Amino acid sequence: MAKKNDWVRIHRVVLPAEGRNPNLPEDTAKVPLEMWTKGFLQADAEIGDEVEVKTATGRIEKGTLIEVNPHYTHSYGEFVPELVQIDTQLREILFGGEK
Amino acid sequence: MALAKDYASVMGRNNEIMKNAMGLDYDKFESGKMSFDYEALMASTGYTIEEIMKVQSATGVGNTPILELRNLTALARKYAKPGYGATILVKDEASNPSGSFKARRAACAVATAKKMGYKGVMAATSGNYGAAVASQAAMQGLKCIIVQECFDSKGVGQPEIIEKARKCEAYGAEVVQLTVGPELFYTFLSILEDTGYFNASLYSPFGIAGVETLGYEIAMQCREKYGKDPAMVVCTSAGGGMMTGTARGLIKAGATDTKCIAASIDLTGLHMASDTAFNKKSCTTGHTGFGVPYAVDPDHSDVPRSAARPLRYMERYVTVTQGEVMYITEALANLEGVERGPAGNTSLTAAFALAQELPEDEYILCSETEYTGAGKHIQPQLAFARENGIEIKFGDPSVEDKPGVNIILPKDPSYIKTKDMDIVHMRESFIKKACKKYGSFDIDEDDIEFLAVETNSTPEFVKSTIEKLKK
Ligand SMILES: Cc1ncc(COP(=O)(O)O)c(C=O)c1O
Repeated sequence: MAKKNDWVRIHRVVLPAEGRNPNLPEDTAKVPLEMWTKGFLQADAEIGDEVEVKTATGRIEKGTLIEVNPHYTHSYGEFVPELVQIDTQLREILFGGEK
Repeated sequence: MALAKDYASVMGRNNEIMKNAMGLDYDKFESGKMSFDYEALMASTGYTIEEIMKVQSATGVGNTPILELRNLTALARKYAKPGYGATILVKDEASNPSGSFKARRAACAVATAKKMGYKGVMAATSGNYGAAVASQAAMQGLKCIIVQECFDSKGVGQPEIIEKARKCEAYGAEVVQLTVGPELFYTFLSILEDTGYFNASLYSPFGIAGVETLGYEIAMQCREKYGKDPAMVVCTSAGGGMMTGTARGLIKAGATDTKCIAASIDLTGLHMASDTAFNKKSCTTGHTGFGVPYAVDPDHSDVPRSAARPLRYMERYVTVTQGEVMYITEALANLEGVERGPAGNTSLTAAFALAQELPEDEYILCSETEYTGAGKHIQPQLAFARENGIEIKFGDPSVEDKPGVNIILPKDPSYIKTKDMDIVHMRESFIKKACKKYGSFDIDEDDIEFLAVETNSTPEFVKSTIEKLKK
């Protein structure tokens, strides 16, 4: 249960697939145009409810409540072993001397 | 009475919404024929370059250092013929408040919005420009909304773009994120109409005039430090504002012998509006998917006439591959102790190869670096590629590179090469598109002269191209 004034993330379909720009590649034409934004919840609600939020600029946006206290999950990703190979090679070429 | 907010109605009010959102009437620059008065558009900012410098320095923008990349220069010389291998320099634009040269563009746009009495600013961008506008809006006390194309239809976001959203939110902006598609413009217009905010377009004269200081500083700093202008300045090119503004600034500084080279990552074959291709890209800007269409047809942006007109200024347009840019980004960190974001290193990758064409006593300068961080770094970008089924391996990028299928890291630095795009063909393509838009090949002398300037060619070239096209 989310409380009024919680900081939340909402989702909404802006244009259904049928309502989209007619000049789209086939794959894009098959899917709707979707939108996400964040704001302060305007009334108590449950995840999945249709809600209103007040965004950082004070706009009122409508959408489905999907997350309370939304946080970032992007990172430096899984290790990519090739990168240390590049480092080794570069140092060898530049500082390794003539072998 | 509430206005209808459906797609067709909002798009139908485009001109009116834009006029209100920029306080600039583009009609007054039109000739009524094909041509328009580009220099008058640029002059409409009302700022001299000195005034722009003042506006920028008031918020800590500009005056970034030039770094001399000694080890990368030494490395490039190993692959050049004797006596060749220009010194590689880079303008460290990452040291701008928002982490990229886009701060220059945003500084002027946001200052103008404030002067005109707008309460807020908006920009449609998934890139560094969003962060730049948000940062400037924070400093100048305006509200800010950034609209991003960020996710595919499965809700999977490009890590680089998600990081940009975080940065915008850190500066207090509202970020509206969308799935793939050009209808982003509809959402953008609709919010612009509701809020009455200023459209801080990437392509406004304020924005491009803001980049002129970059070119100007390059000339001044090089003269002071090295006693001469760089032989080449390489600009990472997408919408063409970097190339245009930098070249104009160099010209204003009198650096007319410096050759301006545009560089983009080759993403041939990946459709920019495709939902499935979206996350097969491993870079989100500085690539040919933007660079080529904007060079040959600048007027398809969010303003009636783009102030970014790169074909006027570039002498060559070269491409490099994603794998080469990743490699050079790693090299910059590992050999120079400078960790910067990959998109900004597109020009550095090209410069590494181009330096080998120039004598040792010349200088080749890359116009920028950009910040790096979680998501926006070669490690997560390569990891994301791998998760999306892109093959990553060492090889010869010039023969094996297939955007969307693989990323070929050069086997060794000798495999880092530029490819020259056919610039003559690009000029022809520009003329063809301009005539098509105009609806006729019958154009008068003024328009021929205009096309010659637009394509950095001659009236004779324009005439012979039109003759060819007529057949
Ligand atoms: C770091 C960086 N370099 C270069 C560019 C290209 O600039 P422009 O779109 O003006 O060609 C961009 C923007 O897309 C960028 O963010």
